[in-house]
Amino acid sequence: MSSDRIKIVWIYPDLLSTYGDQGNVIVLERRAALRGIFTDTVHVRSDESVPVDGDIYLMGGGEDRPQILAAQRLRNDGGLHRAVEYGSVVFAVCAGYQLLGTEFGGEEGQPVAGLGLLDMRSGRGQKRSVGEIAGDVDPALGVPMITGFENHQGITRLGPGVRPLAKTRVGVGNGDGTEGAYRGHVVGTYMHGPALVRNPALADLLLRWVVGRELERIDDSWAGRLREERLATVLPA
Amino acid sequence: MSDLPVRAQLAAALGRTASKMSRLAGRGDGSVIGGRVGLALDPELLRRLAADRRLVLVSATNGKTTTTRLIASALRVRGDVATNAFGANMPSGHVLALAQAPTAPYAVLECDEKYVPMVLAETGAGIVALMNLSRDQMDRAAEIWLLAGKWRKALDGAATHVVANCDDPLVTWGAGAAKSVTWVSAGQHWREDSWCCPECGGPLDREGVHWKCRECHFARPKPDWILHADRITTPRGRTYELSLQLPGRANRSNAVIALAVAAQLGLEPEEVLPRLAEVTSVAGRYTTVEHQGRQLRLLLAKNPAGWLEAFDVLAPPPGPVALSINAQGPDGRDTSWLWDVDYRVLRGRPVWATGERRLDLAARLEAADVRFTIVEDIDEAIMAVGPGRLDVIANYTAFQQIRTRYGRVV
Ligand SMILES: [Zn+2]
Repeated sequence: MSSDRIKIVWIYPDLLSTYGDQGNVIVLERRAALRGIFTDTVHVRSDESVPVDGDIYLMGGGEDRPQILAAQRLRNDGGLHRAVEYGSVVFAVCAGYQLLGTEFGGEEGQPVAGLGLLDMRSGRGQKRSVGEIAGDVDPALGVPMITGFENHQGITRLGPGVRPLAKTRVGVGNGDGTEGAYRGHVVGTYMHGPALVRNPALADLLLRWVVGRELERIDDSWAGRLREERLATVLPA
Repeated sequence: MSDLPVRAQLAAALGRTASKMSRLAGRGDGSVIGGRVGLALDPELLRRLAADRRLVLVSATNGKTTTTRLIASALRVRGDVATNAFGANMPSGHVLALAQAPTAPYAVLECDEKYVPMVLAETGAGIVALMNLSRDQMDRAAEIWLLAGKWRKALDGAATHVVANCDDPLVTWGAGAAKSVTWVSAGQHWREDSWCCPECGGPLDREGVHWKCRECHFARPKPDWILHADRITTPRGRTYELSLQLPGRANRSNAVIALAVAAQLGLEPEEVLPRLAEVTSVAGRYTTVEHQGRQLRLLLAKNPAGWLEAFDVLAPPPGPVALSINAQGPDGRDTSWLWDVDYRVLRGRPVWATGERRLDLAARLEAADVRFTIVEDIDEAIMAVGPGRLDVIANYTAFQQIRTRYGRVV
């Protein structure tokens, strides 16, 4: 069941890549390579079809219009839906996270149909949430506290079919004290951009889901120090 | 100007005084404070101060300070120019720049991208120069599709003449609704924000500088001015060599925009080119300072497109480089953009990393397999590098800190 070669699919970098989203690709490639796992990364533009044989699918953030376009194209394409049925891993941030739900808020706050891959719906909040975010991850995932930066105007209500990724300690997240959501191997978060950089354990969790085995420890010194510094800055002493 | 109402005259004068006091009190260039006082006294001030001048607005994500300076230098051949030379590019800065040169017949104002519609409406600027739009400090800057849409709306049917870079699809779309446009092929090197059609969302097919939408009519307009390497071709088909002291292709782009703006105001390239060639540094950017036997060259890079242009002017490898990153308000408090910069180009050079967010930089450089040394501050990098040249790339507040430390050269 273990695999030494994994395929990473970056969905729509032409629409969903606003601010460092590429960092998640780089972190996964690097952490895999340090364990001797080969990665093939495919950038799928929005005029191309989404391959169904990916192991990890990544979706980034985007402005309102690109987010709506991405939703339409991904629904028409259907490739991501099939990949999820086959058990592939999905990690989506910010606008990409909202896309995973059944509905999100468009340019004027109007409801737009999402991909329906997670039981949740998002709408437009009163004010933008911009700043550091930190939270305690669902213990079932065995991952330490998450740390990141959020920049969105969304409010997300989770349905019974998903669990929150974390409980917020700092920041807004879904808007009700929770942050992100997951079901099976589909994970979304309001941490935007290169969310995996400061959360190497979360990156490793995604890799473990694919290769189906424990991973060797690697030297995280810089990411680890960055993580400590950020958490120390935002958490009350 | 002397026929300004008493209240506006008073407001302008008070603005000048406040600015002077701010400078004396050591609060920076004083550009913004005076303007704020003036605007608070008379909300009409910008409109009044702008009246009866030939006014150029300059906006872009990158290069607006430099281009403003180049255009102002060119226009000085004709007369006094009011300009916000220190990059105070919001209405308060505009008020101050205009108040400080009340009789100048020309004004060249750098304008924050968000304020273009408002400042255009208030000043009735005769010319608007628009150069590029790319991702920038997401926690405080507006989203760029949104910005381009606002430009488009503001320019739709406006009596102003637009000079725009037609190599940038978003800028082209933003400028495209204007009645009269000079299209300039000024180049676009950062393309990650323009793979989709701003008109219909379809894919843009790109080949060299050419681009067109696969699904609608939207396509690159035929340029009137063309920058090709070091040569410029004018609308009448004449070519000129560009020789600038400012380094790099980004400054050649800025220069061709300046030439097109100057031409719109009746200046020929023969008159303008020598003025552009005299500019050696802009608000400390590209300045070389001597310190302890080292020559530090200061490069400002605020966003991924800016880093691409900074890399373009580095001394060839193995020339040493120091990087300094902060995340204060003006820098954007979010460092995510580091992951949009391809730092692999720094492999094979000695690299020092510093600034308040040096750990973010360290994690980024490590992931790019760039060998680096973390240092407390630029001093430490300078002492480590040994006598010779050191290129320093810093983002906004980090740049200002270094500039203050090693002398404010303008
Ligand atoms: Zn189109």
